[in-house]
Amino acid sequence: MSEQTLSYPDNHEPVAFTQEELGWLPWLEPFPADQLTERHWAGLVDASRAKSPYFLLLARDPDILQARTKTDKDIFYNIKNGLPRAERELAATATSRVNGCIFCASVHSRFVTQYSKRGADVQRLLDEGDGADIDSRWNAIVAASVALTKTPQEFSSEQVRNLRSAGLDDLEVLDVINGSAFFNWANRLMLSLGEPTPPAKHA
Amino acid sequence: MSTTLSDVIDHLARIEPGSHLDTLRVQRLQARENAQKSYLALFEPEYPGTVTALERYAVATFVAGLHRQQVVLDFYRAALLRLERPDVAELIDAEIARASVRGPYGRYPKGPLSAEDRDGPDYRVLLGYEEILGARLSAALEHAHLLVFRPRDASPAALQKLLDAGWSTTDIVTLSQLVAFLSFQIRVVAGLRALAAEPAHDAADLYRGPAFTGLLASGTV
Repeated sequence: MSEQTLSYPDNHEPVAFTQEELGWLPWLEPFPADQLTERHWAGLVDASRAKSPYFLLLARDPDILQARTKTDKDIFYNIKNGLPRAERELAATATSRVNGCIFCASVHSRFVTQYSKRGADVQRLLDEGDGADIDSRWNAIVAASVALTKTPQEFSSEQVRNLRSAGLDDLEVLDVINGSAFFNWANRLMLSLGEPTPPAKHA
Repeated sequence: MSTTLSDVIDHLARIEPGSHLDTLRVQRLQARENAQKSYLALFEPEYPGTVTALERYAVATFVAGLHRQQVVLDFYRAALLRLERPDVAELIDAEIARASVRGPYGRYPKGPLSAEDRDGPDYRVLLGYEEILGARLSAALEHAHLLVFRPRDASPAALQKLLDAGWSTTDIVTLSQLVAFLSFQIRVVAGLRALAAEPAHDAADLYRGPAFTGLLASGTV
């Protein structure tokens, strides 16, 4: 007998990109929290993630989850050099905007605002999409993320030159590539394994 | 199947030890090492569960082909051929040619974003191929196409098709990670190759060169 998906007929999925805090509901049964083994805990990396249905679902294959989480952390949180935090999150947000991941974009646009204090510019990216004209540096990072996110990839020498002209050195260019590429991974999991829920105050 | 490659992304992006790109990647060492560990967890798993090597490499070949990244396609296709199912490899080749479109497309939940909805094909394995590929692999290819080109069209119904074709909940997590990981790996390779192809990272030096030569030629130094 095959297993069944989970559905939420009463959920009203958000219909616009937002910086508000959304929830997320899994379409498949997460791994039972009370049956986690040592290997699952290692996969979760941070014990607090055992509270998240998203990470508990991914914990069903703990080895890839662990490697993925450690890749994520270095790309976004290793800030002893390279691209500022805000701009790594900008690459994540632009990527999520193009792929259409309303949940991912909500989380990472909040991070851009938190680190850049430019909430209005961030909101324009969410509202207007990849055509938003912000400033030369953010435009270059957004355009590079968009080009890399298209299938097939449209990222080429042109995007590299534009990032350098906007003042990025090559390690910073690598951070844009890694940040956008990683969200092509994250968006596909978030979009295909569950659905977002509205901000708490609208629920 | 084991590979002797220490780093698949370096291999696919043709990054040599000590090169400019190598020195950049070393500065994100944990990401580099764990991108490789991700590859190993998916393609040489210690605990493979019930997802077969044939399924993993067939889906990977299809996904790489859909991205039109020849070097990545060649890599996964070679691994698929080592599994001695040339019939599957041939069908995957044919399906790549038939199923390659441009993404991302798809629909948003009805509302202001509906103006950005973009229609595109809902890929189905060619009639008759399922008998050779099997129900499980056929369903996996259809889901992989959804994830590659129109992830925002994903739905519980799409997952139910996988369950009905014999994929367990845990198998679906592995399959989803595999396709999503490749979406990352292929883009890192594309990005690194573009960066390597544009080496003029110190324009000032380039301008100084000819000017200096000119001075030498004029005999004033």
